Amino acid sequence: MYSKIIGAGFYVPDNMVKNEFFESFLDTNDEWISSRTGIKSRFFSKGENTSDLGTKAAEMALDESGLKADELDMIVFATMTPDMYMPSTACIVKKNIGAEKAFAFDIGAACSGFMYALTVASQFIENGSVRNALVIGGEVMSKALDFSDRSTAVLFGDGAGAVVLAASQEPGIIKSYLGAKDDSKLSLVLEALPVENPFVEKAEGSTNKLAMEGREVFKFSTQVVGQAIDEVLKDTGYGYEDVKMIIPHQANYRLIDYAIGKNKNLQDKFYLNVDRYGNTSAGSVAIALSEVRQKGLLKPGDLIILLGFGGGFTWGSLLIKI
Amino acid sequence: MEEKIKEILAEELSVDIGEINLETNLKDDLNADSIDMMQVIDVLEQEFDVEVDTSELANIQTVGDILKYIESRK
Repeated sequence: MYSKIIGAGFYVPDNMVKNEFFESFLDTNDEWISSRTGIKSRFFSKGENTSDLGTKAAEMALDESGLKADELDMIVFATMTPDMYMPSTACIVKKNIGAEKAFAFDIGAACSGFMYALTVASQFIENGSVRNALVIGGEVMSKALDFSDRSTAVLFGDGAGAVVLAASQEPGIIKSYLGAKDDSKLSLVLEALPVENPFVEKAEGSTNKLAMEGREVFKFSTQVVGQAIDEVLKDTGYGYEDVKMIIPHQANYRLIDYAIGKNKNLQDKFYLNVDRYGNTSAGSVAIALSEVRQKGLLKPGDLIILLGFGGGFTWGSLLIKI
Repeated sequence: MEEKIKEILAEELSVDIGEINLETNLKDDLNADSIDMMQVIDVLEQEFDVEVDTSELANIQTVGDILKYIESRK
């Protein structure tokens, strides 16, 4: 049994924020941001939380799939900016869309989260445990940003993407490859609750805001992009020439450009939309996948690679037949 | 080694190799921004099999600084 994508959807808040927005309170400008990142705008929530974005993306994906919410067996939500620790974002979406029989849980693998979630859901389908799964990647990154830090505040955006996976006799997800390694210098961090209880005084220095040490992240990311492509193709019988499109995590145009620069055979295959959405973490690959389907850039039988990398460090790639 | 460093800088920063000498400042003279710097250092690390600690980056401003840094770690 295989798992196949039968619908995709995405949603971003109705509040496009251009680079100029940051000029009034940060020492930065449009030229600085766009020349270093390729980002020109992003969307920021005006109150909608991660489950709200995920619910709208899920509704669009369900609509395209032709399935009803109560036909879903499973919901997996990849996020590092959940509405709450409990209930999970997946459980809130389950309630919102009326997926009565689905079990639901969140996965945390930062910007690789959608790749991890797709892999987990596809395993349930391939081993025959479930027939239909909803997989969502989404974030409200703006609530985790330190708006006094120009090195991170300008990079991220809010948004969610979703796919419906169904059991199929035909291959859909052909192979997935996941990895993780120690971010020993803690170069990509978003802290959770500090330990504070009757035995521990209030912790100092806890911010609950995202912090990044750019160079370590650059080094890791540029190494892993090529590796994740090669590993997901290995032993499949497919090569670079068979791949129609590669949808990478939309981190930074310059970073991706450098990472693929050495491999001219792949350069034209990358789909990038970081200029319009910024880095939406677990949302990014899911949003881009839905966008390319909506634009009609893929046809049945096309081979694509989804590729994520980020905090942890984590990475993941999937080889998929549309 | 000096020639190789110049070649890498010329390639990565798209500048004429004739513009580069030991006093050339990467940011001021070659317009390297922070992403360019990460890229250049990454290529240098691979070429010369050295690891440049992030905390040292601020001390690397000229071509001569690069040469000195790599030689001190060889």
